[in-house]
Amino acid sequence: MLIALFSLVPLGYVVYMTVATGWDAAVELIFRPRVLELLLNTLLLMAFTVPLCLLLGVAGAWLVERTGLRGARIWAVLLAAPLAIPAFVNSYGWVSAVPSLGGLGSGVLIATLSYFPLVYIPAAATLSRLDPAIEQSAAALGLGAWRTFFRVVLPQLRIAMTGGALLVGLHLLAEYGAFAMIRFDTFTTAIMVQYQSTFNGAAGNMLASVLVFFCLLLLLAEVRSRGNARYARIGSGAQAKALRLPLRGYQVPAQLFLLALTALALGLPLFFVLRWTVAGGADIWAADEFLPALLTTLGYGLAGAVATTAVAFPMAYLAVRHPGWFSKSLELSNYVTSSLPGIVVGLAFVTVSIRVVPGIYQTAGVLVAAYVLLFLPRALVNLRAGLAQAPKELDEAAQALGKPPLLSFIQVTLRLTAPAAAGGAALVFLAIANELTATLLLSPNGTRTLATEFWSKSSEIDYAGAAPYALLMILLSAPMTYLLFQQSKKVAGQ
Amino acid sequence: MTEQSPPRLPEPRVAPSVAPSTNSHLEIAELTRNFGTQAVLKGVNLSVAKGGTTAIVGPSGSGKTTLLRLIAGFEHPATGSISLNGKKVAGDGAWVPAHKRHIGYVAQDGALFPHLTVAKNVAFGLDQANLDGGRRAVADRVRELLEMVSLDPDMAKRRPHQLSGGQQQRVALARALAREPELMLLDEPFSALDAGLRVATRRAVAKVLNQAGVTTILVTHDQAEALSFADQVAVMRGGKLAQIGNPFVVYTRPADRATAEFLGDAVILDAWMEGSLATCSLGGIPVRRPPAQGRVQLMLRPEQIRIAEDGPIRGVVVETDYFGPETTVRLKLAVPPELASGADHRYPGGGEVITIRHWNASLARPGMELCLRVVGEGVAFPSES
Repeated sequence: MLIALFSLVPLGYVVYMTVATGWDAAVELIFRPRVLELLLNTLLLMAFTVPLCLLLGVAGAWLVERTGLRGARIWAVLLAAPLAIPAFVNSYGWVSAVPSLGGLGSGVLIATLSYFPLVYIPAAATLSRLDPAIEQSAAALGLGAWRTFFRVVLPQLRIAMTGGALLVGLHLLAEYGAFAMIRFDTFTTAIMVQYQSTFNGAAGNMLASVLVFFCLLLLLAEVRSRGNARYARIGSGAQAKALRLPLRGYQVPAQLFLLALTALALGLPLFFVLRWTVAGGADIWAADEFLPALLTTLGYGLAGAVATTAVAFPMAYLAVRHPGWFSKSLELSNYVTSSLPGIVVGLAFVTVSIRVVPGIYQTAGVLVAAYVLLFLPRALVNLRAGLAQAPKELDEAAQALGKPPLLSFIQVTLRLTAPAAAGGAALVFLAIANELTATLLLSPNGTRTLATEFWSKSSEIDYAGAAPYALLMILLSAPMTYLLFQQSKKVAGQ
Repeated sequence: MTEQSPPRLPEPRVAPSVAPSTNSHLEIAELTRNFGTQAVLKGVNLSVAKGGTTAIVGPSGSGKTTLLRLIAGFEHPATGSISLNGKKVAGDGAWVPAHKRHIGYVAQDGALFPHLTVAKNVAFGLDQANLDGGRRAVADRVRELLEMVSLDPDMAKRRPHQLSGGQQQRVALARALAREPELMLLDEPFSALDAGLRVATRRAVAKVLNQAGVTTILVTHDQAEALSFADQVAVMRGGKLAQIGNPFVVYTRPADRATAEFLGDAVILDAWMEGSLATCSLGGIPVRRPPAQGRVQLMLRPEQIRIAEDGPIRGVVVETDYFGPETTVRLKLAVPPELASGADHRYPGGGEVITIRHWNASLARPGMELCLRVVGEGVAFPSES
């Protein structure tokens, strides 16, 4: 109950602020040329980036999972790998390559290259799990390979595609660093500018409520388009192995396409991070700056991971063992909150901690609480899957064997859930390590994490000095990407 | 050529196990349980003798698994009480949790702990501190238990997922036996196994439990399993026990038509009851305890109806199904001549289609007229109309 209320803080804040500003003032702040410009920017960004991500993601997934592509196993990992590079590091790489970069076109370019794996991963997972017998039936009914793809395979990818598109959309709304670096204004960058100049002005708050409005719109659109569709495999027995379409003459173009894609999304930022690192020499590894940032990041990551898992466990337990309206509403409220941009959650916590409990403003606790809200779903998904592996019957079997309830819970349920909990905690940890926006807003004075340090250095055009932080963040993210990739395959199989 | 097949009915067992309640191990009184607004158990009374084997049989949704879970202590009853060895464990303010009831419990899929080896699963309930010899004694006990359930001791190191379904069930049984429970609860433990394995596993489990002298309650939806496994069968329907008795009694003298049809194929004919004789299309059939006089429904088991060399009762073969060892024959019954003459106007039968079983397939062809006779007694139920 407490968690549910707690997770509604950001949403409540936005509503409260809009009401407190007053209708006329709010209308005046929202309907002005500047907002129109931001609106146009954001909408155009989404209108171009989301379809591009869908196209690249599905094409990549299809090539890897359903064709005779050479080296498909390597491509499978490489196409997911750009996710390991935080979007603002990607942006940094591109600005290093083309310093004059800016505007809508470069925003679309960087966002597409950063976020197409969000479509690719679920699409690939679904494709690898689709029952080939359905495609074979389509073939038996006289459909060729192309028509089979468009009439049978693509419809089954719908859930993966709408889910991926939603994620891309939410990331576009929430991203600050990547767009700030190329001086492309979206709602989020504008809110940050407002916050930095007026600290807690009504204008920034109104922009935040418009942003939240769009997030909710996206969520609603996704729920509507997903509807009740489920594409479960009907029938039992072992699933046949998927058929792969021989590429023949298209092998070389396919390889070149994937090579170009990974070169731009992965190779270019990596190259510039490494080049700046080398160019910077030994100077940039100043231990008195670098080590504290790393330690702070590790500390926050650990604290956030533990706190998030601790909060997620009872929620997952309720959802799996006692499903009902309460557990559902708990999950829903958290689902909405975690979809809100980090900047809104950050602003909400700043305001609440100043106005309601002044003592906690800019303390580590508030920042960890914000992390919990932002990254709870990552821990939840894992814990739910883990608890599903520890059915109630096992707990009862242990009790019938003379173990008191608490002991059987520890020896059986907790023990069986532990690997999943650890996986979820790792994901949360790594997400925190790369978090920039909320950390900038909420961290105690003088706190330096890898992300904020990278940000302050690259904002001062000290690209060489920023490189080691980028490198470390990428190194930390690599295992997270791998974990997410593995998890997606499991989830698609359920 | 038409020699009679040996009688198919088993001889009744002499002593039914329904023991007086003073000697009973488990005593259940007026037990109820609701899920939300839905009543799942509507007042169950059951007494199980020490060392006895009781099967609770019923269609799915009848509440039998809920009853077992209440006995195990996984759920609380709404009203009513459960006593073990004369001591109340649930109801009337008493509550003994599952882990203190000294029961063994084997779930439908075995519920083996996936993170433990077979040996550790079996040893899970053993308290090392209470065994002389510590770890060594535990290992010995595990081996002994695995042998008891006919499993190779080499399996001790395996994980549950490396075992077949039948092996998993045996490990689950060994694990439940480890603490030497006085009462063993089996929740459809054989239903996940395929047909051949099911019979073998059931026989092995029954033997082990019998030797150990453990009071056993088996929940199943398979009436053949219930009849062959237990010395007391309790038929559950709609949250109540419709009949409790030894297998022979519940099969040959079911309490009502629904129980009769649940426990096996039944031939139901309209009949006229006078004294202890029911007259129907198959002639006059003796009935032991008629529920009413006049119009009734008569129940016979198909194997009671035999093909005779000659006689007044006749039927025309409608169709046959060949199953190898036996053939089922669908017959349209003729009205016996002495009744058709109109002498007895109260006689309600004639022209019913019934199904019987016969071992000789070559006898019956569609359109052929067969003579029939009935072996043993029938059971009469009050007429439904």
